[in-house]
Amino acid sequence: MSNELKSLATKAAKGLVSRRDFLGRAGALGVTAVGANAMLAGAAKAAGPNKGGHLVQGIGGGESSNSLDPALTASSVPFGNLKHFGDLLVQIRPDGVLEPRLAESIEATSDAKTWTFKIRKGVEFHNGKTMTPDDVLKTMQRHSNEDATSGALGIMKGIESMKVDGDNFSVTLTTPNADLPYLMSDYHLVVQPGGGMDTPADGVGTGPYILETDEPGVRSLWKKNPNYWEGDSGNYDSSEILVINDATARTAALQSGQVHMINRVDPKVAGLIDRAPGVSIKSVAGRGHYVFIMHTNTAPFDNNELRMALKMVIDRKEMVDKILRGYGTVGNDLPINASYPLFDETIAQRVADSAKAAEHYKKSGHDGSPIILRVADGAFPGAVDAAALFQESARAAGIPLEIKREPNDGYWSEVWNKQPFCASYWGGRPVQDQMYSTAYLSTADWNDTRFNNPRFDELLLSAKAELDDVKRKALYSEMANILRDTGGLICPMFNDFVDAVSDKIEGYEPDPNNELVNGFAMTRTWLA
Amino acid sequence: MHPILKLVVQRVALSLLLLLAASVMIFVGTQILPGDVAQSILGQAATPESLANLRAELGLNDPPVTRYFDWLFAALQGDLGTALTNGRDIGESLGKRLGNTLFLAFWAAVVSVPLAIFLGLLAVRYQNRWPDKLISGITLTSISIPEFLIGYVVMYFISVKLGWFSSVAMINESMSLGQKLNAIALPVFVLTLVVLAHMMRMTRAAILNVMQSAYIETAELKGLSMFTIIRKHAFPNAIAPIINVVMINLAYLVVGVVVVEVVFVYPGMGQYLVDHVSKRDVPVVQASGLIFAAVYIGLNLIADLVSILANPRLRHPK
Repeated sequence: MSNELKSLATKAAKGLVSRRDFLGRAGALGVTAVGANAMLAGAAKAAGPNKGGHLVQGIGGGESSNSLDPALTASSVPFGNLKHFGDLLVQIRPDGVLEPRLAESIEATSDAKTWTFKIRKGVEFHNGKTMTPDDVLKTMQRHSNEDATSGALGIMKGIESMKVDGDNFSVTLTTPNADLPYLMSDYHLVVQPGGGMDTPADGVGTGPYILETDEPGVRSLWKKNPNYWEGDSGNYDSSEILVINDATARTAALQSGQVHMINRVDPKVAGLIDRAPGVSIKSVAGRGHYVFIMHTNTAPFDNNELRMALKMVIDRKEMVDKILRGYGTVGNDLPINASYPLFDETIAQRVADSAKAAEHYKKSGHDGSPIILRVADGAFPGAVDAAALFQESARAAGIPLEIKREPNDGYWSEVWNKQPFCASYWGGRPVQDQMYSTAYLSTADWNDTRFNNPRFDELLLSAKAELDDVKRKALYSEMANILRDTGGLICPMFNDFVDAVSDKIEGYEPDPNNELVNGFAMTRTWLA
Repeated sequence: MHPILKLVVQRVALSLLLLLAASVMIFVGTQILPGDVAQSILGQAATPESLANLRAELGLNDPPVTRYFDWLFAALQGDLGTALTNGRDIGESLGKRLGNTLFLAFWAAVVSVPLAIFLGLLAVRYQNRWPDKLISGITLTSISIPEFLIGYVVMYFISVKLGWFSSVAMINESMSLGQKLNAIALPVFVLTLVVLAHMMRMTRAAILNVMQSAYIETAELKGLSMFTIIRKHAFPNAIAPIINVVMINLAYLVVGVVVVEVVFVYPGMGQYLVDHVSKRDVPVVQASGLIFAAVYIGLNLIADLVSILANPRLRHPK
């Protein structure tokens, strides 16, 4: 790269030369447009973030029934709100490494049963009080005590006791867990004054932005926290979230310049939007996956030959191409993919094989009565179409699959985890242990495939206590093979997070942990 | 008692009874829906323990009849309670949303009602000639297209392509009246297109009906101009059906615009109600349902009274 171009890129990033001039000049010097844009982005990063301005995000996934209570957070808008006002003890960086936040450092005893978090000093809540280890303790108690209603209750279960010791907060587990710090990165576990026991929904935390206005289901407005413990990490003076649930309205708001970024772009139109002027699509492979789940204890799905027949018949590549329009990757009947640490990439990829499927189907001795698959559009975007593709492939192998449409309303309470065969969605978890413990351990609350394999359970428990990564990887590999070949999970695809961002925004680096830079747009991006 | 006053009292009493019946029906309806508020709040993350905890906390373990009467007595004392889902005061959040809904409905009505009646009169004046056919053609086309589609088309051309008005019609207290009107320009435009045809056609039909009468012929023979005849003789006699249709459309503008609200991201009552129905938040659904029912019943009451007052035969019953 010529020095002339380099200095020009820096100037463009600082706004001394217009973007257009830079691109023109770069073109004249024989650099492709893509290369020139990449250079500009690199230079912008090197120049450091601009400060000031007002960020507006248009987010789908918010209701007027939402609350600022972290325990009740379950959808995209409340998640975005949490990131504005709250901080966690630890957080997972885009590269999967654990980053201490309100905890300065983490230590474990050698048996991985007792974990000690050294709590950061000099952190101030928005109400002016100083955060203490006691606030951390109370927060964790609120999410784990017997009458808790927190969405994090499930992951807080293995805790035997918690205590404060000077500047430290320590957790003792009933069984060893090498992944405990990852569990503490759960987004519900925002530290609140007094643990949020008295006023859980007042939006007071230690985060980079302070609440100005919250109108559930409409918008929330935030101003920069001048006393943030991390210093000047908020890049905007103020930040606003607009709740735009309609996908077309969201796109229009971005294109007409009323918002700077949007989430959940429909894969069907993502290509068109990417070609539109002034905006670009940012997609990142995540851990979320679209699945069809069978109860392995209910006829006819208690027969592994039949389960194999259904797994062999589904055309994963077709699903990724047609349902996700390429914004995703094929699944392998596992809830785990390469974005997890310690994943064994040598496990063979299952591909559609109509003849083998027919063979398995024959061996299963199924009486030929229709196999009912329940599905609703709310299960995952395109679920009904995916089921239709599934049905077509099954027909080719002579398997009588019948689709039963269910209403979106009440799907998660009446169909999922109740009916023996249905479409579903999993958001994924930061580590393998948590994903398996959440849904595949025989005693798990959300064992939505009724999977019960003693060897699998045993391996999971020994992996929890294993601090040697090589040995753990081998354990996880064996578990993956068991689940892939005998489980009730048909996982045809992992979906990407597909966001769209205005050209006015710089610094946007997709984060595989969640959409819209894992909710950190206000600290990780800035106005060009 | 004056017969009109008696009639008003009767009608109001009947309306209150209707409201009570509506509240029972809404309550029963929300009980029939699958799932409950605890499941909806916790969603996929629910565990049996957290569900049981939340149910106890929200008082869902009381029998439905007890819950209904508790709610009713509180509501009669003006306390609509707090939302089960986020613990906010229903009266306060509902008041804001209702204000927004009425604001949008008011401006849509201010534009559409006079326009519809004027176009109706114009259509009668030029009956079966090109202005009549043009007006009918355009308004019937616009009512036949689903409103979300009109919304998208308008949004694409006016907001995205031309950049004239905002596609996000979000209003809040810190905005001036001018800013608010600018924000709601597109939804008002779409709503006007949606309700225009109904009122225009009824105006046209009602007046044409009267125009067949002998006294119109007399007026014509007297040498009055066409517009004077319509204005002084035909319109007053056609007012009852027109008012009826206008009121139905006003009610629609208040209670039926959830699709337009969603498309233009307008913070009105419709979206508020839908969100809470899907969460089974019964107190909010009850309160919103009652307000919608009250609006419908109230506007129909006005329509009835106006048509009675406009008709001497009904005004002085034998």
